[in-house]
Amino acid sequence: MAESKAELVQVTTNGFEPKIVAFFCNWCTYLAADLAGTSRVKYAPNIRVIRTMCSGRVDPQFVLDAFARGADGVLIGGCHPGDCHYQEGNYKALRRVRMLRRVLHEMGIEDERFRLEWISASEAERLKAVVNDMVEKIRALGPLRLEVKHEDLPEEVVV
Amino acid sequence: MTDPAPIPKHEKPKVAFYWCASCGGCEETVLDLDERVLDVVAAVDIVFWPVALDFKRHDVEAMPDGSILAVFVNGAVRTSEQREMAQLLRKKAKVLVALGSCAQLGGIPGLANLSSRQGVLASAYCESPSTVNPEKLFPKTLYKENGFSVSLPELFETVRSLDQVVDVDYYLPGCPPTPKILWEAVPVLLSGILPPKGTVLAPDRALCDECPRKDTRPEKLMLKEFKRPQDVMIDEQTCLLVQGVVCLGPATRSGCEALCPQGNMPCTGCFGPTSRVRDYGAKALSSIASIIDSNDEAEIEKIVQTVPDPVGTFYRYSLPSSMLRRRKMEESVTSDE
Repeated sequence: MAESKAELVQVTTNGFEPKIVAFFCNWCTYLAADLAGTSRVKYAPNIRVIRTMCSGRVDPQFVLDAFARGADGVLIGGCHPGDCHYQEGNYKALRRVRMLRRVLHEMGIEDERFRLEWISASEAERLKAVVNDMVEKIRALGPLRLEVKHEDLPEEVVV
Repeated sequence: MTDPAPIPKHEKPKVAFYWCASCGGCEETVLDLDERVLDVVAAVDIVFWPVALDFKRHDVEAMPDGSILAVFVNGAVRTSEQREMAQLLRKKAKVLVALGSCAQLGGIPGLANLSSRQGVLASAYCESPSTVNPEKLFPKTLYKENGFSVSLPELFETVRSLDQVVDVDYYLPGCPPTPKILWEAVPVLLSGILPPKGTVLAPDRALCDECPRKDTRPEKLMLKEFKRPQDVMIDEQTCLLVQGVVCLGPATRSGCEALCPQGNMPCTGCFGPTSRVRDYGAKALSSIASIIDSNDEAEIEKIVQTVPDPVGTFYRYSLPSSMLRRRKMEESVTSDE
């Protein structure tokens, strides 16, 4: 136990650990995360899950807020096309995500930091694969640190 | 603001205007009050207004703190001089009003936040097609010759809205604000019964609500393609969104009486968000993207691409006040202390 704690401290101080905010829909991806837990599927501990009723509930403002407050990545998880509990909430999510992705790209936020994935309630293994893959890609990119940059903005001094 | 000096009863309340990074359109709003401007002058003393009156900065500095009833500042803040003036006027004002989109949200100059200071200067002094500058001369903040020196204000990396620099009491939206909005604000500010701090002095409903084309908008509106105004013969009666033109009316605050739709052009969002929205562009994007008429990923992507410049479209007036505030540049651009 003590050993693993020391290991953890070393990882967080020496290496960069991406912080990823994950918006999971209540009916599919959140259940997949639940299933991953009960089946003891191990995946990278870098996501902070926020449950929303539907991926269509994820306002683009949520995504921007997450980035602005220090997230290195944002993952949205919803039901597969055709499976939305609310008929077409996931399609609305898809349309907004596609437009928002272009804005983020223009704003200098790499595409890998923002992801929409369809993960059904039974796909715990897929959840694991998606999260691990995203963590690896963001780890390679390095921290976004927008919140630190925002802190600098009010006191900007030009030299 | 330190102890405001009490205003003697026989004196008219004092009002001041100032401009920061702006085009002068907001000053035009004041002039567009037409003969009503005489009523304003009858009711108040204008003590500072660089565009029209010959008072200087030292005149303002000599005034007691809090002695100006209302200061209207338009324009974004992007130089050290503008920041100093904003801070000075904040001290002298009882009420500081951000006039227009640039002061309220960052405005058109705020789109410079897609670039760096270096990028902005290079573009203006070297790269633009109409510029001839073979010696690559750039403005310097300090120039000395024969013991004399002249200086220019520093240009910031990041353009800011007024409230990102000083405390702002009220906002008058618009690019520029309409004379009606300004005219209706004057009695409110003079009455002494002030609305809650931070109020935007315009209606708190979406523009569609006062658009004369409102009734032509169907219950369910879906689009296969977004068009730019120059690509389509716009019908003068029908809802612009129905015609495929990106009109930001659904996400924009009303108060302008739908001037652009009445002029057969789509709303571009200069009145900014309603009070329930934190990030105007995100909400505008959301409302437009949701009406894409497809469930197929490839087709959605194709339709999304028919908006050629999403940041310029959705954040035309509000990039500095957005949650992301500026483009993330390569290291050390925004933290050059």
